[in-house]
Amino acid sequence: MLKREWIYGWLLILPALSLIFLFTHFPAAMTLINSVFSTPRGGKDAHFVGLANYERLIHDPVFWKVLVNNLWYALGTIPVSIALALLMALLVNRPFKGRALARMAFFTPTILPLIAVANIWLFFYTPGFGLIDQILGFFGFGQTNLLGTPSSALPAIMVVAIWKEAGFFMIFYLAALQSIPLQLAEAARIEGAGRWTIFRRITFPLLMPTTLFVSINAVINAFRLVDHIFILTGGGPGNASSLLLYYIYETSFRFWDTAYGATLTVVLLSLLCLLAVGQFFLFDRKVHYK
Amino acid sequence: MSGAQQTGRAIRLEGVTRRWGETTALEQISVEAIAGKFTALLGPSGCGKSTLLRIVAGLEEASEGRVLIGDEDVTARSADKRDLSMVFQSYALFPHLSVAENIVFGLKTRRVGRDERHARLAQVAELLGLTPYLDRKPSQLSGGQQQRVALGRAVISQRPVCLMDEPLSNLDAKLRHAMRTELRALQRKLGFTMLYVTHDQVEAITMADQVVLMNAGRIEQVASPHDLYERPATVFAARFIGTPPMNILPASALGEIGARIEAAAGRRLRFGIRPEALYPDPQGALEMRLTGGEYLGADALVQGTLGGAEALMRVPGQALAPTGSVLRLGLGAHDLHLFDADTGKRFELPQLASLTTRLDTPAGRPGVTTPLSNWKDL
Repeated sequence: MLKREWIYGWLLILPALSLIFLFTHFPAAMTLINSVFSTPRGGKDAHFVGLANYERLIHDPVFWKVLVNNLWYALGTIPVSIALALLMALLVNRPFKGRALARMAFFTPTILPLIAVANIWLFFYTPGFGLIDQILGFFGFGQTNLLGTPSSALPAIMVVAIWKEAGFFMIFYLAALQSIPLQLAEAARIEGAGRWTIFRRITFPLLMPTTLFVSINAVINAFRLVDHIFILTGGGPGNASSLLLYYIYETSFRFWDTAYGATLTVVLLSLLCLLAVGQFFLFDRKVHYK
Repeated sequence: MSGAQQTGRAIRLEGVTRRWGETTALEQISVEAIAGKFTALLGPSGCGKSTLLRIVAGLEEASEGRVLIGDEDVTARSADKRDLSMVFQSYALFPHLSVAENIVFGLKTRRVGRDERHARLAQVAELLGLTPYLDRKPSQLSGGQQQRVALGRAVISQRPVCLMDEPLSNLDAKLRHAMRTELRALQRKLGFTMLYVTHDQVEAITMADQVVLMNAGRIEQVASPHDLYERPATVFAARFIGTPPMNILPASALGEIGARIEAAAGRRLRFGIRPEALYPDPQGALEMRLTGGEYLGADALVQGTLGGAEALMRVPGQALAPTGSVLRLGLGAHDLHLFDADTGKRFELPQLASLTTRLDTPAGRPGVTTPLSNWKDL
């Protein structure tokens, strides 16, 4: 009897299981295996090379360059977009005329595909004709090339990401803000708390679960979303704006060095796992769940 | 927090009006909550009592009129500058803070020193029996304990005025009964001015020194619980206070006597008789045809008609007479309330006693002075 139910249960989850194995676990395992083999070329089949690919990675200056780029990119975009999202959510949470319009305006960048967003920003950034240069020109400044200059290419890309992400995170904050009973703020006001104190001691702590959720998503996105690099810089100039995932794409599908691409992918996956776990432990003590 | 070292301040409202677009929620409210006393704002839901409380708190703005606390005009002052405390219906406890942090929240925002905070917290926790729960989160407490935390947060700051918005309505009947006594004792002990919103007449009557009865954005009557019951100023007040409500009858129900009183008053009247003021009396002047009854244990409610008008009578439980029979009833002269039939306002007729000699039995029964029994709550 028990055994029959057991078989029945497994049969029920079999379709889901096979899909998840086929499309998630199997590719992940294959990636791990590929990373310890050589890339098959011409008549030469792939052969076991042990940790040679990892050794190459350690001595690869481009890898370190894109990794550092990615860290700066994450450090620059995550706090700013979260802070901006919170600010926008607080702004459009209070009643005022045209609130629906303001909410829509803040959220619009999220609806747009990243490729489309990049094209809009390409127009802003274009040397000479772009919006930025036209405005600067109006005030008598010369021509700029933000995307073509190594020092400004990565920051220019970061701005696009922040613009795109903040509106998305705002929605989560807005939903969380609306689930906080109004009377909590009223009670705090009666107890002599000003606006800043209410935010610092009541609103912000109650938003912590949302902040945790949003920040994990932001970290993942910082390593995952590279579409705009294709349009804006192609990782250039001289890898100045290349990120880890973009480098993986280039290695695997432009240079067809699949084994090394797999190696880089393993590094990326481990990095993401580590960050997510770390965040959970870091935040867990400070988060109040209802 | 020992003794009544703090003195309450009076709250005075002058012509407070609140409008939302076309609708008027409050119309020209002028009333005073006496310093150090317990004032209840009583009325049916939607009568504007909570809005009035929020205007006093500074959480809502009055469209017109002034709010004075202890002779200071606070109308333009924000909620955090009015030096009052408030207990919300939902308690509004901060879910992420412990009981101790919830209670001392106001002391922290007002930068009271650490040592004093601890000392006062210990006192308040002791007073409200919260000492074992100080480290818990509100979600780990029962409804009654949460209520106490909300009270603690309100009283620790020792403000001269405390506002409460239906604080007992989320508790079960038994706990509500206990908390009524406790709240009243707390207010007496600490001596602050209490403004207490409730829709429950039993709460208002049992706890308050003064009851402000409201209806549809206006004040119906301001009186002590005793006067409110004994001398209701309007038909609304008469029907709202007391369970079951007062019988309001046309002159025809009292027959010849009714006609005589109306003639003496020179206007059309409505007659108010409390169900507990009527009693069976073979020599009585009133005749009631019984149509039904409701046994309530300690006593019984008898339904019947007095001269064609529906009326209720409360009698001792054993004395339930069969339906269809006719009972003669007696009534004390001062148990008859007169109201102007057009305005609904109380009408005083000095010669009433002499006109109702036949109503009164020779033995004479003293007027009903028993306050409301709390059968609804027990």
